Amino acid sequence: MAEIQTHAAEISDQFEEHLDLSTDQVAERLDKLVGEYKLPLDEAKRSVRNSYMNEAGIERDDMASGGGENDEVLVNTIDQDEQWVDITVKVVDLWEPRSDSISQVGLVGDESGRTKFVSFTTSELPLLEEGKSYQLENVVTDEYKGDYSVKLNRTTEITELEEDVEVGDSNVTVTGSLVDIQSGSGLIKRCPHEDCTRVLKNKRCSEHGDVEGEFDLRIKAVFDDGNEVRDVIFNKEATVELTGITLEDAKQKAMEAVDTSVVAEEMREDLVGRYFTVTGPELGRYLLGNEFAESRSVENADELLIKARSL
Amino acid sequence: MSQSEIPTREVAQRVYASELQESTYSFKESDDDRAPVYTLLPSGEKANRVFVVGTLTEVEDIGNDEEYLRGRVVGPTGTFYVYTGQYQPEATATLRTLEPPAYVAVVGKPRHYETDDGETLISIRPESINVVDTDTRDRWVAETAERTIERIEHFDEASDEYNNMAREQYGEDLSSVKDSVIKALLSLEESDPNADTDSDTSEDADADHSAEAETEAEPDAAESTGVSTDAGSEATSETEV
Repeated sequence: MAEIQTHAAEISDQFEEHLDLSTDQVAERLDKLVGEYKLPLDEAKRSVRNSYMNEAGIERDDMASGGGENDEVLVNTIDQDEQWVDITVKVVDLWEPRSDSISQVGLVGDESGRTKFVSFTTSELPLLEEGKSYQLENVVTDEYKGDYSVKLNRTTEITELEEDVEVGDSNVTVTGSLVDIQSGSGLIKRCPHEDCTRVLKNKRCSEHGDVEGEFDLRIKAVFDDGNEVRDVIFNKEATVELTGITLEDAKQKAMEAVDTSVVAEEMREDLVGRYFTVTGPELGRYLLGNEFAESRSVENADELLIKARSL
Repeated sequence: MSQSEIPTREVAQRVYASELQESTYSFKESDDDRAPVYTLLPSGEKANRVFVVGTLTEVEDIGNDEEYLRGRVVGPTGTFYVYTGQYQPEATATLRTLEPPAYVAVVGKPRHYETDDGETLISIRPESINVVDTDTRDRWVAETAERTIERIEHFDEASDEYNNMAREQYGEDLSSVKDSVIKALLSLEESDPNADTDSDTSEDADADHSAEAETEAEPDAAESTGVSTDAGSEATSETEV
């Protein structure tokens, strides 16, 4: 079990500053999990590490997990919370951080697809540049409602790469009829609290109570192709492009009617029943409708006719 | 309008009027009062919701005290009847203000009604009615052909409970469903590709160019099925209600 010894040494090194651990002691625990409980080695290491972290009363972010020993993974293979991994990615998109505690937030991608990343101010990491490629060692996976992202932390090693990492397309495309627009569409108000973008209901934020909301536009649409139903969210930009109604227009309409719901009504009247092809990344049960076009033409009528006649 | 449907929203089936009219059997899958009611399509699929596009040719208030509107939505294979009243305020408001003829897209639930003679009539209770253009209408005709062909192809699948249910209720013969697909597709070829795309010009959109042109596949068959032209109106009439 020389392998166990190596891993045990690595773990005891990591806790050098915090706990007095002998390699044998760690190896014993690892051995038990692997031998007796048949855990995969990775899981065993994780479990042992976590228990030492509890013992030492330290947070994950305060710990160097010993860079270089993580698995190098492709971003779309990330399917577990709280895994320490290395990734080689290109920065695809940088978003406006919603809070001072976040230094950078955006999308990184590799050949397998894209994932969200977050870098915290307290980690004091160098800033990543959009369009550049990096090796990111020692990032932690995170899960929120079934969606995975990676968090950079103080121990993350950032190496800018000469070569360009090719980013695969993880976008999804749906074609169907827009059959419904759900509540919470049109002219909405969001909670103005830092880091909170919740949509207000009856002028209340479910987290912050009564607040003076900030106006925004969006559409939560239901697409249906006769086989499958897809929920699609159009953000402000997409909504404006889709409907021609700007935020200012919408406010004006709402003011005239003394009712914000007129905006959604107008959008419903305009959009429901029309066919679109929508492409964008998936976010939980939603597809983000970043790109779209009305799907108007019938190209396969002849083909269908031949098929129908041969039935 | 759809917050009660969080877990899974029912797909809107694409079905031609002729097949929907034959779909006289409906059922529930649980004893719960609020359980969805499904209409069984002869091609072996259940429909709790449908999406149809056609020409609105007529709106009539058939209510006594309350407003109760009946719209006729005509497609290449027949007529959909859309009934809407005070419980569908949006659809009712739309239907009230529409000037036929107009192409409309209807999302709604099939409803069954038994006449005094014991005949079952199927109508649609709309969730929404929207004016659409010629292209959208053509798109629907083609899409419905595709979905219907898929159902017919899948009908041999003996393990599918809705196929079995359909066999039991309506029998094995899907020839009328197949015919409706062919009829509908031919109506597409006959419509003028350069027709005015305004949403409310169904009646005069066809005419001049019609039948000839692009029937590369089997020009004879196109003629021989005896389908007259017309994107909408005529094919209907002999139907009931």
